[in-house]
Amino acid sequence: MPNHEEQITPQVFEHLVDLAALDLDEEEAEYLRRELNNQLSAIRELETIQLPDDLTSAAHGVPYPSERRQALRPDRHEPFGGSAEILALAPQLDEGCVIVPEIPHTTLE
Amino acid sequence: MEICDLTALEISRRLRSREISALEVLESCLARVRQVDGQPGSLDSGAGDNEDARKVHAFITLMEDAACSQALALDKELATGGDPGPLAGIPITVKDIFCVRDTPSTAASRILSSFHAPYSATPVERMLKAGAVLLGKVNLDEFTYGSSSESSAFQPSPRNPWDPSRVPGGSSGGSAASVAAGEAYLSLGTDTAGSIRQPAAFCGVVGMKPTYGRVSRYGLIAFGSSLDCPGPLARSAADAALMMNAIAGVDARDATSANVPVPDYLAALQGRIEGMRIGLSPDYFQITFPDAESGAYNQQALPAEMEAAVLRAAEIYRGMGAQIIPDVPLPNTRYGIPAYFVISRVEAASNLHRYDGVKYGYRTPQPVSELKELYRRSRAEGFGLQPKLRILMGMYVSAAQYSEQYYHRALRVRTLIRGDFEEAFDPHGKYRLDALLTPTTPSTAFPMGDVYGDSVLMQYADQLTVPANHAGIPGISFPGGIAADGLPLGIQLLGPDFSEDILLRLAHAYEQASADADWRAVRPKVLKEA
Repeated sequence: MPNHEEQITPQVFEHLVDLAALDLDEEEAEYLRRELNNQLSAIRELETIQLPDDLTSAAHGVPYPSERRQALRPDRHEPFGGSAEILALAPQLDEGCVIVPEIPHTTLE
Repeated sequence: MEICDLTALEISRRLRSREISALEVLESCLARVRQVDGQPGSLDSGAGDNEDARKVHAFITLMEDAACSQALALDKELATGGDPGPLAGIPITVKDIFCVRDTPSTAASRILSSFHAPYSATPVERMLKAGAVLLGKVNLDEFTYGSSSESSAFQPSPRNPWDPSRVPGGSSGGSAASVAAGEAYLSLGTDTAGSIRQPAAFCGVVGMKPTYGRVSRYGLIAFGSSLDCPGPLARSAADAALMMNAIAGVDARDATSANVPVPDYLAALQGRIEGMRIGLSPDYFQITFPDAESGAYNQQALPAEMEAAVLRAAEIYRGMGAQIIPDVPLPNTRYGIPAYFVISRVEAASNLHRYDGVKYGYRTPQPVSELKELYRRSRAEGFGLQPKLRILMGMYVSAAQYSEQYYHRALRVRTLIRGDFEEAFDPHGKYRLDALLTPTTPSTAFPMGDVYGDSVLMQYADQLTVPANHAGIPGISFPGGIAADGLPLGIQLLGPDFSEDILLRLAHAYEQASADADWRAVRPKVLKEA
């Protein structure tokens, strides 16, 4: 798909990759940047629509009037007994603590 | 006809009358799996050889031993006069996007390949409580990102039982294929842009997207939290109704599940068709395709045989006394895919932030010097291309300098799409429809490898299904014939919020009226060659 305007330049792409916490090889990066720009050409169709000023956003399609919504549960502590089982899923665990590498520190001036 | 080729309702009847045992039913399904499925999907196995190209590959995890234990226990309970539930003894598959306790729950991704869920999703729990026998977890597009099931990290990916050189559709491709191939009677899938309805159409089975909030999303590994809908894939509308009876209903563990009473969907199948108002919209008889060379988006007419299948269904309903209302405008249908590119990607990026190699799932084995490097390497190695693509697009269109132009705009376009349906279904409006009759897909199942890699063309496979996801309304796809290429054609019904009973009734009525059609005797290729 030809890109008539490349909105996601290599510099913008690099910034997105950093925000997304990804490492990409060159082949992946090329494919992904190309597909992103292709998708933007489809998304641009949204810009052609005349939207009335008073048109509100829809976070989801189905409305939730009060009778359809669930009541909040009582504000009561309900102990959960499965913590050990869930913690056991961690790749590296030590005495109930999840072990991770050094967290970068920044000295504040 | 083999036991595994019957319907779930028929199996249920025979089990309760003790004509067959749950173990016999299971063994019939397992024999079919051994016959047609080939090797299950796995990491790093490659796309497979020539033999694999003739098999279905629906499964990631086949749970034969556990299923046998369940079947034996059910037989014991039935023998002593017990009632294990309305799905008792019926082998089912579950799309591997649902957590099932103590089983690999992978989302077809390396990043969750080692994850054994510590709990079960609500719809799975409900089916098991109703006595269903869990045969296994079936394959899908990675994190449900796709419309062909090809993007799975667990290869070989599923193939279409009607022609294994074709895709089964996606993302619930393993679900649709397992039901179509006679490996299971029912499957639990998910529909975010058409991921139940489209593979159901491609594989010649029934697939329903319930109203958003009708079925709990607790335990569903999230893609688009405002769009995802768990739902049934089955061989008949009645079987889908049987499954909906088990899975629908409010759930305190999902705040978005709706506090709306659940009707008896099976009983509702017998209601009236006469007097119903069923709409046809010109906006669903044309399709948009991006031109690979020029980059333009061209509109063209729906393939003639697909239009003919929908119009034949309309005539069948007219013969039952329904009124067919033509020319119902749904002008914002064409913005469904562009809006979906934005909304779904923002939600996907948000939902995938949690996969960081820290608390569960894949952590890079490479030595790293600090935490951010752990995040980057784990995510880079754990995610395939399709999740990466969605994360990156989601970050872009939700960025502060672009969110008004893209994300907020897309949410307002969603209001327009919803408005089209509200006008069509308004009981006091001009059209007052009970249902809208449309094709399900713009084409029959396409060949493996033909579209994968072109993310825009792939997404446009969902153009006739995605508006229902934006609007939250229910939809059902059911077989409407066989095309000239020998592949199934799907017909779709869309309805007002929480009208699943009406849609199932209409689909059932069509099935009854076309029961003797020649095309219903045609079998999938893998079964002819088995």
